[in-house]
Amino acid sequence: MLLELDNVTVSYGRIEALHGISLTVGEGEIVALIGANGAGKSTTMRAISGLRPVGQGKIHFDGQDITKMRADLRVIRGVSQSPEGRGIFPGMTVRENLEMGAYTRRVRAEVDEDLQRAFDLFPRLKEREKQAGGTLSGGEQQMLAVGRALMSRPKLLLLDEPSMGLAPMLIQQIFDIIVEINQQGTTVLLVEQNAQQALSRAHRAYVLETGRIVKEGSGNDLLTDPAVKDAYLGVA
Amino acid sequence: MNFEFLGDNFMSLTVTGLTQGAIYALVALGYTLVYGVLRLINFAHSEVFMIGTFVTTIVWAGLGFGVGASAPGTFGVLGLIALAVVAAGAASGGTALIVERVAYRPLRKRNAPSLIFLISAIGASVALFELVGAITDRQPRGMPSLVQPKVQFTIFGADVTNLQIGIILSALAMLAGLDIFINRTRLGRGVRAVAQNPDVAALMGVNKDRVIMLIFVLGGMMAGAASVLYDVKVGITTYSVGFLIGIKAFTAAVLGGIGNLRGALLGGLLLGVVENYGAGVFGNEWMDVVAFVMLVVVLLFRPTGLLGESLGRARA
Repeated sequence: MLLELDNVTVSYGRIEALHGISLTVGEGEIVALIGANGAGKSTTMRAISGLRPVGQGKIHFDGQDITKMRADLRVIRGVSQSPEGRGIFPGMTVRENLEMGAYTRRVRAEVDEDLQRAFDLFPRLKEREKQAGGTLSGGEQQMLAVGRALMSRPKLLLLDEPSMGLAPMLIQQIFDIIVEINQQGTTVLLVEQNAQQALSRAHRAYVLETGRIVKEGSGNDLLTDPAVKDAYLGVA
Repeated sequence: MNFEFLGDNFMSLTVTGLTQGAIYALVALGYTLVYGVLRLINFAHSEVFMIGTFVTTIVWAGLGFGVGASAPGTFGVLGLIALAVVAAGAASGGTALIVERVAYRPLRKRNAPSLIFLISAIGASVALFELVGAITDRQPRGMPSLVQPKVQFTIFGADVTNLQIGIILSALAMLAGLDIFINRTRLGRGVRAVAQNPDVAALMGVNKDRVIMLIFVLGGMMAGAASVLYDVKVGITTYSVGFLIGIKAFTAAVLGGIGNLRGALLGGLLLGVVENYGAGVFGNEWMDVVAFVMLVVVLLFRPTGLLGESLGRARA
């Protein structure tokens, strides 16, 4: 397993937000984490990246215990995240934002290669190269956040709500790109409220409810699961 | 009020003000860098500057240039100044780093509220101030006047001396260097990233603690360089020298837009010039009054300062 969470708890002050989450992500997979607002999806992502300390339990990545590792060192190990709300640096240009994604990398030629790749994936970013990140539209910022997360050449790409606030056509497009990135060899763990899209694209998925995993299965199984349909897919 | 004096001496007041303002600007950088990244006003920064002024005199005295010594030739003077910049830069940068480690980092690790940081800052400031006061018996310390001001050229009736040119140019050069470092290098980008969004910066692999150490050292080094310029200009220092310069530099930083490097430059120069005009019109004793009245007026109309916003946001 590339990523393994074993009974992980996370608290904000005295309030426990995750009550012992266990999940795995295998190499080459797309795994989705779905659930309602406040279920703990983003908290899980923050714990994996090291932005929230873990109370109990362990996180293993690539055969190593990273439970207590500093966030910046996890990036060097190969964990990269496009965070909730995109986290674009508003005062930096599009290019500088992308370069920030490659902050841990030293070989200039490789970074240039990856810049090119990001521009190939998102031609729109090339057009906006010199523009400040804060002036981009929501969709463009989302592309920038995903492109930036790829710039560290991660083994595991964490995507927190990549479809948030996007028009339906753009949602299709961003999921197409996620699949493409995955096919190029990057493992993906994504958090989504858009369960329909997430489940139809993911190999496997977990359903999170108030800090607990209540269901897991293949994307297709969950798509047809009556309870999931009822709670997350709405009435068709 | 003497507006005639201001009119007659406008250019020479301007040049004097720019010289003073250049020193304010260099010190202001320390406030602005730390505020930009941590949203913290490092009140101990004034003492970081003060320590630089003493280290400069110690280095010079150690090389045989104590009080009353005659200045060596031009190259000798430049060498002494360069050595002092290195020594004072190291001492002030080191002091700033120690302040960060002792007074701020432990609080940061415990997620202390910002008021606690402020108290810790004032405590660090008083501690350094009293420490140097005790070591020096609260006596001022003199030094040789290394640079005899010589008029190099006259512009609109104002004499401009080699000393003034030297101070303004070296301050501008250091500011330009820092600006390039922050805006054009990888590490500088890391500083801006932490200033704009510390969590996301960590997701990019930026070590926040290292960035914080870096900005304290950089700010301290700039204050160290400023302290050498101050010593060359004024020729005497004392343990309380940091107080007024610190307040003026902090004012300059706020005036230009705290967190904004170019704002520190603008604020410093403007403050230096305006307080000199004020001194010309109302008399020397009104200099500081004029400076702070200007601050209040500017903040009334532009609460974020002239250039506004923080380290990363304002690129221009």
